[in-house]
Amino acid sequence: MATLSERILGGNAGEYVDRKVDRAYVHDGTGVLTLEAWKRIGSERLTDTTRLSMLFDHIVPANNSTTATLQHELREFARGSFMHFSDVGCGICHQIMSEGVVLPGEVVVGADSHSCTLGAFGAFSTGVGATDMAGIWLTGETWFRVPETIGIHLSGKFFGAAEAKDLALTYVSRLGMDGATYKALEFIGDGVLGLSMDDRLVLCNLSVETGAKAGLFYADDVTVQYLARAGQMVQPQVPEPCSYAQELTIDLSEIVPLVAVPHRVDTVKPVREIAGLPLDQVFVGTCTNGRYSDLARFARIVKGKSVAVRTIVVPASKAVMAEAIRTGVLSDLVDAGCTIGTPGCGPCLGAHMGVLGEGEVCLSTANRNFKNRMGVGAAIYLGSVATAAASALEGEITEPEVN
Amino acid sequence: MTSKGPAVCVGPDIDTDLVIAGRYLRTKDHSIWVEHVFEDLDPSLAPLLEGSVIVAGKNFGCGSSREQAAVAIREAGVVAVVAPSFARIFFRNAINVGLPLIECDLTCTEGCLVTFDLSEGWVEAEGKRHSIHPLSPRMQAILSAGGLVEYWRNQR
Repeated sequence: MATLSERILGGNAGEYVDRKVDRAYVHDGTGVLTLEAWKRIGSERLTDTTRLSMLFDHIVPANNSTTATLQHELREFARGSFMHFSDVGCGICHQIMSEGVVLPGEVVVGADSHSCTLGAFGAFSTGVGATDMAGIWLTGETWFRVPETIGIHLSGKFFGAAEAKDLALTYVSRLGMDGATYKALEFIGDGVLGLSMDDRLVLCNLSVETGAKAGLFYADDVTVQYLARAGQMVQPQVPEPCSYAQELTIDLSEIVPLVAVPHRVDTVKPVREIAGLPLDQVFVGTCTNGRYSDLARFARIVKGKSVAVRTIVVPASKAVMAEAIRTGVLSDLVDAGCTIGTPGCGPCLGAHMGVLGEGEVCLSTANRNFKNRMGVGAAIYLGSVATAAASALEGEITEPEVN
Repeated sequence: MTSKGPAVCVGPDIDTDLVIAGRYLRTKDHSIWVEHVFEDLDPSLAPLLEGSVIVAGKNFGCGSSREQAAVAIREAGVVAVVAPSFARIFFRNAINVGLPLIECDLTCTEGCLVTFDLSEGWVEAEGKRHSIHPLSPRMQAILSAGGLVEYWRNQR
């Protein structure tokens, strides 16, 4: 009787195992140090390159010639090595891997902390550093300490304007920034049935903000149908009775719209408690909330109105952007006064495309509000798409209405 | 082998953005990371790091997987980082770049001498010796090699 992490990694919690990885990916940020470490290792031959990907998302297009030169070198290497390569404009690495690439039961490593996002498919997916990734390029495998698991029992359904992001901020605040360090999170219970793949991706995305190594859902009918639409036929995973190191119970119907206040993701307040706080910018996007359903929900709220503050919308991928064009969501956003950025991470990491000035305040749908992250001396509040839309219309933090 | 250095104290939950800010990452010039290490936490820390032992609160190195954080601390001349717990990606990164980490809840007094011996499994400060959990055999092998690149070079 094992947790999903134990089943996928093939060991008991606390054991060290060596595992072949099914997918390994880097982006334009971590790729630079990975390539540097790879060159220092001095091998000529990469492992099976069909399992390796390089995806440009962090600074796309390059913001200056230093970045462009680094990206040029990476691009040439990726093309020459025949690994999967995804250039400027294709989108965020985790999002592209979620569009029919990662499958249930796989072991996935990404050189980015939010690689935990892909646990939404019933994969064991975790972040590694650049040098670890260079070792994986060499051998196609890596070591893991099989994690203990915290079971998060979900029940009920969302009520009012609450959405997956509010649920994610709820469990992060209950566990704290290190409440799951070295552990995995498993999301289970009847409440899971009503969660879409996009909701599950949001919940897994935030798991690293509790220190977790991975966040996982069992693949079920929702997963099977989502992957079928992406051309992948898979089987659901059947949970076994297992013992959790810790358990947490959350009733979805009790979740209210929340924001994480500067500079900690685990410090949250109900939106209504800080409603009225003036904003300089609203940012919608990232590997947390830049999917088509997010853009569509935002557009539904702002359609036919005008945003009262500068609002930057960055689709998570080219596929998301194409769908938003096809359905008219993108023109609704533009008509409402939003600025659209190239698919990718946008200003989340403070590099470009919406960096904040000193003293400025941003309501962001991203996953981190660390000090100075989006600009020196700026303040980041993290909230849901609905909160972002309501706030964009008022120019201040605003509780979303039931939609 | 016994190593030592004066303590530099930092608080809990120090994220890797605070170790090295995103605005300094896009370069291969490691000296830029050393120059700006901990700038957003406390700009007065960098000159104290050469030969020091950082004694941190819980969850050191949380957040971004940026390996530049571990590289910056190592190249600034820090001998080891001691904390009750580390974020797991940072933990792997530090060992992979040859920066020793010690899991121990030490009370930190600025400048007090911290002595440790990883092979014997202890750390000592202000006259108190604490035993520490050994790293896994694989991590010990990586650290003894000087890092993961050197480990793989030796294997080949």
